[in-house]
Amino acid sequence: MAEQRAISRRWLLASAAALPVLAGAADGRSISGNLPWSPYAGEPPRPVNPLGWYFFTAAEAATVEAIVDRLIPADHLSPGGKACGCAVFIDRQLAGTFGRGVNLYTRPPFAAGLSTQGYQGDLTPAGRWRMGLAALNDHARASYKKDFTALAAAQQDMVLAGLDGGGIALKLKPGYSTKEFFELVLQNTMEGFFADPLYGGNRGMASWRMIGFPGTRYDYRDHIDRHNVPYPRGPVSLYGMEG
Amino acid sequence: MAKLLPRRDAVIIGLGWTGSIIAQQLAQAGLNVVAIERGPWRDTPTDFNIGYMQDELRYGIRKELFLQPAVEAMTMRNDASQTALPMRDYGSFLPGNGVGGAGVHWNGHTWRFWDSDFSIRSHLTRRYGAKKIAGLQLQDWGATYAELEHCFDRFEYLAGISGKAGNLRGRIQPGGNPFESPRARDYPNPPMKMSYAPTLFAQKARELGWHPFPTPSANLSRSYVNPLGVRMGQCTYCGFCERFACANYSKASPQTCVLPVLMRQPNFELRSECEVLTVNLTPDGKAAKSVTYIDAKGVEYEQPGDMVVLCAYGLMNVRLMLLSKIGRQYDPVSGKGTVGRNYCYQTSSAARLFFDSGKTFNPFIAAGSLGQTLDDFNGDAFDHSALGFVGGAGFNCVLTNGRPIGYRPTAPGSPRWGAKWKQAVVDGYQHSTGFSSQGSSYPVRQNYLDLDPTYSDRHGRPLLRVTFDFPDNDIAMSHHMSDQMEKLAKVYGAKVATVSRLKKGWDSVPYQSTHNTGGAVMGADPKTSAVNKYLQSWDVPNVFVVGASAFAHNAGMNPTGTVGALAFWAAEAITTKYIKSPGALVPA
Amino acid sequence: MRRLAFLALLFAAPALAANTDAGKYQAVLGDCAGCHGKTLAGGVALQMPFGTLVTPNITPDRDTGTGNWSAADFRKAMKTGVAPGGKLLYPAMPYPAYAHMPDGDVDALFAYLRTVRPVKNAVRVNRLRFPFNIRFLMRGWNLLFFHPENGAGGSRGRYLVEGPAHCGTCHTPKNLLGADKAPALSGAVLAGWYAPDLTGDRVTGLASWSKAGLVEYLKTGRNSHSIASGPMAEAVENSTALMTDGDLDAIATYIKGLPAAGGNGGGVPRGDMQVQAGVAVYRLNCSACHGADGKGSAIFPPLAGNPNVRQASAETLARVVLAGTRGAATKGAPTGQGMPSLGWKLDDAAVANVLTYIRNNWGNSAPAVEAGLVERVRAAK
Repeated sequence: MAEQRAISRRWLLASAAALPVLAGAADGRSISGNLPWSPYAGEPPRPVNPLGWYFFTAAEAATVEAIVDRLIPADHLSPGGKACGCAVFIDRQLAGTFGRGVNLYTRPPFAAGLSTQGYQGDLTPAGRWRMGLAALNDHARASYKKDFTALAAAQQDMVLAGLDGGGIALKLKPGYSTKEFFELVLQNTMEGFFADPLYGGNRGMASWRMIGFPGTRYDYRDHIDRHNVPYPRGPVSLYGMEG
Repeated sequence: MAKLLPRRDAVIIGLGWTGSIIAQQLAQAGLNVVAIERGPWRDTPTDFNIGYMQDELRYGIRKELFLQPAVEAMTMRNDASQTALPMRDYGSFLPGNGVGGAGVHWNGHTWRFWDSDFSIRSHLTRRYGAKKIAGLQLQDWGATYAELEHCFDRFEYLAGISGKAGNLRGRIQPGGNPFESPRARDYPNPPMKMSYAPTLFAQKARELGWHPFPTPSANLSRSYVNPLGVRMGQCTYCGFCERFACANYSKASPQTCVLPVLMRQPNFELRSECEVLTVNLTPDGKAAKSVTYIDAKGVEYEQPGDMVVLCAYGLMNVRLMLLSKIGRQYDPVSGKGTVGRNYCYQTSSAARLFFDSGKTFNPFIAAGSLGQTLDDFNGDAFDHSALGFVGGAGFNCVLTNGRPIGYRPTAPGSPRWGAKWKQAVVDGYQHSTGFSSQGSSYPVRQNYLDLDPTYSDRHGRPLLRVTFDFPDNDIAMSHHMSDQMEKLAKVYGAKVATVSRLKKGWDSVPYQSTHNTGGAVMGADPKTSAVNKYLQSWDVPNVFVVGASAFAHNAGMNPTGTVGALAFWAAEAITTKYIKSPGALVPA
Repeated sequence: MRRLAFLALLFAAPALAANTDAGKYQAVLGDCAGCHGKTLAGGVALQMPFGTLVTPNITPDRDTGTGNWSAADFRKAMKTGVAPGGKLLYPAMPYPAYAHMPDGDVDALFAYLRTVRPVKNAVRVNRLRFPFNIRFLMRGWNLLFFHPENGAGGSRGRYLVEGPAHCGTCHTPKNLLGADKAPALSGAVLAGWYAPDLTGDRVTGLASWSKAGLVEYLKTGRNSHSIASGPMAEAVENSTALMTDGDLDAIATYIKGLPAAGGNGGGVPRGDMQVQAGVAVYRLNCSACHGADGKGSAIFPPLAGNPNVRQASAETLARVVLAGTRGAATKGAPTGQGMPSLGWKLDDAAVANVLTYIRNNWGNSAPAVEAGLVERVRAAK
């Protein structure tokens, strides 16, 4: 039966199927005879929908937009983090497998570890963001009687610097430190700024333009010998946006 | 109750570099071979698409091609005074996964450990006396470089390594590595064309009287047909090498070098997405009779085999041996037992230099092994008599990428965010270069592998526990390397240069190296090695354990070239000696 | 009686063995596996302009295969297109070509088929659209188009090409009723692929291929010009790679002797908008394998000067860009390298532009490719 299934999927004169014996049978994938191949194979990345919030509440989203606009302020070098879509990027990441921590080892027991042992808490990245944002606003309200979004830019910078080893200790939970929250925020913001635009950030390849990174180009043989000569072509993204 | 399957001549656990080489050699010799691989099938046109492989977030940061800790994690501690905790995300090292293993997403530096490595204890004792190495658990490997030379050659020609010989049958060749051990013939392909950064490095190094040479590269300098008849392409310097698969067949991997031939062997079968749980021994523990594995649907099977070859990556090999009771667990206190003994890593530091806009480096025009190396301070190439350590490091100017999430160097003192950060990134990105020292990692009694007492995997089996810190010897060595790097950095005349200095307390979080070695060490003495010179288990003669687990120490070089040579070496032992007369190849 | 039969079998065995080897080779020449599957149990769907035919089970299974057939039944089916019970076969089963085979070869093939493992696989063959699903209509078709009396006389090569290897089934253009039309072997569209021109045409045919190069291609699946992919990869792996060197030489001699009869009607100038638009698409998606100079390398076929990219119609080109493809893998050339699928990234216009560029750059000249063709190929997946 399995044999017939495998063969009938071959559309002779309309396909170039290899002859793998890909028995989808009970003992796992058994492969022999040739390199498995099928037309349209692969898992291309899916561009995110740029509209709306999938994970953040409206209030959380506003806080994140304010944060990314301070971490990456708008200036002559590039638009700010918000305009570049960093908050959208983070939202989509947290709504997906990264946010859910599906690849992490999450088995108990959870014990307090040394800094050399990495994060030992039981919160997923999404959970860490949610808790951290709440704690951040608690801190802002306690210190300034305002939400983080309502602070002046200079005050926001002070708070962020305080999180970045500057002595502010947010009320999080055992096993999850303020430093870990800030590092996660900074890391994800930078990812949003520098990743391919299909993920929601780096709008218009603004960061790549800024530093001169040509993006997804794959053949530099025409420039390898040109030492100390800036590469002349602009950036290209995965879905072919060209700059 | 595991479903019993028909017997095979050979069961191979894992289909990465070692599994592929051994499977192909054994199948060619007429054995009926089945390989059982935990991860998925992967191949170039179907999975390494030239349209989306260049996705730093997906492959470089979210690490899609790698082993996920949810599948198998490990616990770590620096020493016995600490409680080992799981690396809930991998950081310091990133094990591979799937068909091709880490051979899919490695950088491709391909080295031969030296003659002096294989007989390191004898060599260093002869030169410096036994006291010099007291405190280090250095030991000879049981096989010599001379015995292995033709196996290095086989791996290099299989992979199409691009480089320049430095020592042809004893005669030093200009343009190559004058410190390498003699080779019978040159590399199969010439060195890659260099980019600016390594060209500058070589120029500066020569000013100091050092001897840079092109890093032997598995990113091919030209298209090539290997001895199996498999064709490969020319590297296009895309800068998406390590952590990524190659989309145009120009990086040596099991996929590009072996699998086209292996998969067509009628007496070979691959079972992918099947995880081996244990190797089952006979009641007297002296022979392996089968392996038990679980498929993607959660159904367990028992696959009998006349022989079992562990090719699951060094660390997993050791774990499987411990779980299956092949050999005896090493005890660092008593020194008894051999499985888990002599675990080593890599001891590295880095230099980073910043220039004004006069120097433009185009860091994105790169490949995993595109660069220059110098071995003037590696191994025992220099006189250690007046120094307080043994070992050394290769100095590498191999800047593999300019991918901006991970690579955006800023001058020291720059903030990490904000307006000034942005300016620093713009100033640094095109105008910064660097080089590094990749140093030897010598074994000490207290660095070892065993099974964790607390944490287990999704199947309920104990995780591997890594107990490791950099020995004082290696720290001293690394600081000496940092001293030399400072000398070299000075000659560059950079605006600012920093050289890192290694500290005790190995941190499992930031990425350092995936060169984990030892734990099932090869040797001449069953009291201090887990496998004999042919990588055959001393305790269970129909089990071979192939990988960097066999390294008695780690040298100041990437391990894959030596791993590949050992795979050919073990395959030869199996096909020319073992199958003719199964049993212990070396009297215990 | 049984002992006599046993003795007869004993003495017949060597003759039988010799016959089945000879028969097995006939199966290679005829590429039965290409349509009936590696086990010959059928079930392979053939996309025709008239609907779908699914190949029957020709293993000697008594219930679902040919187990009840006699040698005469087999001969009649192979050479006249009539199966037991008077069932008329469709020429997707290339009986017009097999009609050229001598009875001895057909009998040897039948003897070999008897030895194949019987497989139970009941196949519903006829899924053609009305009225094509009425087999009786084949009578008329045969009257018009089936002329086995026009033998494939002459060389061994001509016999093989027009007979068992039935190259024209794919490579000869067809009229509206699916019958061959002239010029023979000058290229044809077939179920979403374009089987290229095999005549001596300098633009679309094999003029630039040496005879040795053609032999190498058939034997290994590749030469310096091209790698077999798609249906030709299967034909190489199952059939031509397993032919004797003598037969390959004969085929190549015959093919190389074909006068130019193809052509593509000419190309478009370099300044053409599509050509210009294709430049960047090529640089970003194609040059890393096929080279900025279009010359390819030891592993990737050239595009410059490659007749394959200059065919009258670009179905194959569109298909391999959209869906990817895998090259033939044989003992002589085992790599089996492939092209990735880029249909997710390139829209129909981008594909049409880059193909037009390739077809008109580096000295190539071929008609522009329309986005509509790409759309049709994409929709047929």
